[in-house]
Amino acid sequence: MKNLFSMRSTVGIGLISVALLALPFAAALAGQAWVRILDYAILYVFLALGLNIVVGLAGLLDLGYIAFYAVGAYSWALLASPHFGLHLPFWVILPIGALVACLFGVLLGSPTLKLRGDYLAIVTLGFGEIVRIFMNNLNAPINITNGPQGITLIDPVAIGAFKFSGTTQIFGFALSGPQKYYFLLLALVSLVIVVNLRLQNSRIGRAWQAIREDEIAAKAVGINTRNLKLLAFAMGASFGGIAGGVFAAMQGFVSPESFSLNESIMILAMVVLGGMGHIPGVILGAVLLSILPEVLRYGVGPLQTALFGKQLLDPESLRLLVFGLALVLVMRFKPAGLWPSPERKRALKEATR
Amino acid sequence: MDIFLQQIINGLVQGSIYALVALGYTMVYGIMGLINFAHGEVVMIGTLVTITVSGMLIKVGMPVALAGLAGLIAAVAVCMALGWGLERIAYRPLRNAPRLAPLITAIGMSIVLQNLAMMIWGRNYLVFPPLLPKIDFEFAGANFTSVQVIIVLVSALTMGGLLLLVYRTKLGMAMRATSQNMPVASLMGVNINRVIAAAFVIGSALGALAGVMVGTYYENAHYQMGFMLGLKAFTAAVLGGIGNLAGAMLGGVLLGIIEALGAGYIGDLTGGFLGSHYQDIFAFVVLIIVLMFKPSGLFGEKTGDRA
Repeated sequence: MKNLFSMRSTVGIGLISVALLALPFAAALAGQAWVRILDYAILYVFLALGLNIVVGLAGLLDLGYIAFYAVGAYSWALLASPHFGLHLPFWVILPIGALVACLFGVLLGSPTLKLRGDYLAIVTLGFGEIVRIFMNNLNAPINITNGPQGITLIDPVAIGAFKFSGTTQIFGFALSGPQKYYFLLLALVSLVIVVNLRLQNSRIGRAWQAIREDEIAAKAVGINTRNLKLLAFAMGASFGGIAGGVFAAMQGFVSPESFSLNESIMILAMVVLGGMGHIPGVILGAVLLSILPEVLRYGVGPLQTALFGKQLLDPESLRLLVFGLALVLVMRFKPAGLWPSPERKRALKEATR
Repeated sequence: MDIFLQQIINGLVQGSIYALVALGYTMVYGIMGLINFAHGEVVMIGTLVTITVSGMLIKVGMPVALAGLAGLIAAVAVCMALGWGLERIAYRPLRNAPRLAPLITAIGMSIVLQNLAMMIWGRNYLVFPPLLPKIDFEFAGANFTSVQVIIVLVSALTMGGLLLLVYRTKLGMAMRATSQNMPVASLMGVNINRVIAAAFVIGSALGALAGVMVGTYYENAHYQMGFMLGLKAFTAAVLGGIGNLAGAMLGGVLLGIIEALGAGYIGDLTGGFLGSHYQDIFAFVVLIIVLMFKPSGLFGEKTGDRA
């Protein structure tokens, strides 16, 4: 951390920033669909970094993370759509969504404080399923979530008079909706990165890492494990809630289908595949896992046509097949993740010696 | 009162299927501390293989009972091979890796198997051939069929057989020793690789059997059917105390009965606010409540500081 402001890292950060700012314009050349893919990739980076607080720093294996994302998305959908006729502004809903998700985080966290490892994993997984089942069924006798059909016509994010949907002209540039969301998401991701960085070396972050490594020892040296675990859940959940809100606004539509267990697993896979607890690793994992399926989607079909003259295998299942195999292979050859933190790498080397 | 008895019977049947699947999870977990997320997919493949094999044999004129038996044998064989292959390819290389790595591999394998199944059998629901004679019975106002009786009986016999295997044979002793302490067992001359492979193979065989029973019971099958089933069965295993064979069986049966009763009575209890489509919720609610008070499951031993 100490050389964050050194010459080299300043230049590096500058170059990366320029590249990130230019990216949506480059992607637009390949089509707006790719800008949208980029948006989702950044959204996943945000989610993965939120989960990294819970799993990577505090070591709490959370398989129900998507529930908080769902809570955020539904808060937005209910407060800013014709469904209830409410159209609250962005700055009101964002904190509400984060707060409600945070509340759910504490709700999930409090009964699970005694649990650890796999028991925690299955309980969080169950929690995620419970939330999904309610979203799916709370349309009768009182219609709250509109059931499996989901809620449509959700308001886009708007700051003052500036809307994030549709195209606007800024300084002679035409910015499309997805491009505007890209910059919003980029700002949010920068925020979560700063939070992650600050947490990592703070008193709280150190305490979390102590709990992760050995909970009993952590307790013995006077760390309040109960409060800190709750804090981890609450914090991770709040970020999930914010991501969900932006997702709902960006899509204009939410339905329970977007919040299946598979999504939770996917986000966990991003964190683990990239390198748990290591910010650049988590970002890498999230970008790879969200972009790879899209590349396969657009690559597998045409490739088959080019090779055999027709579509031999269903590209959709082939794409998931390749994805599953990639997960297996990466873990086989890089079990600590693609880009583990230097400390973790050292610890692993010592453990296997 | 007759609803009560009826739901107990339905729950018992469903629960004995959960129990068989849960055994596969708990055996692997007990020995190597790994959640084999791909186990539900093994069950699914067992069902689909049976459909293909017995369907083909019935078409060429083989008697239904014989074709069913052949389908079952084929399913067990395929699933045993699958279990062995899974362990060999996906889990053995990761035995000394960080704890989360095999979890991700398991998820990867589950995605792979699901999509392979979709490529082979397609996206649609398949009809499971009626392999068992279906005779209706009535007892004290509750109805049940011969299929249900057979499912419960076969499950009970299989579980009894597994208990004999684990507590009366040399392989069983080796398994128990390995689950107690892997390095020490290996020093005592137990071939760890063989024991772990055996746990996967036996668990998968039980899964295949469960798959055939699910198919017979619901009369259809689908490439995604393994997912929820696996989740419930894993919940059952955790409920009973994961790693504990008897716990998995009791957990499975208990879960089945709770679900059936819950689905039967939730409408009355909540004044019609929540209906029977909330059935899937009970498994998870019960799980959370039990673990709040007994963090190691109903019949699990207190493992102290094990992470």
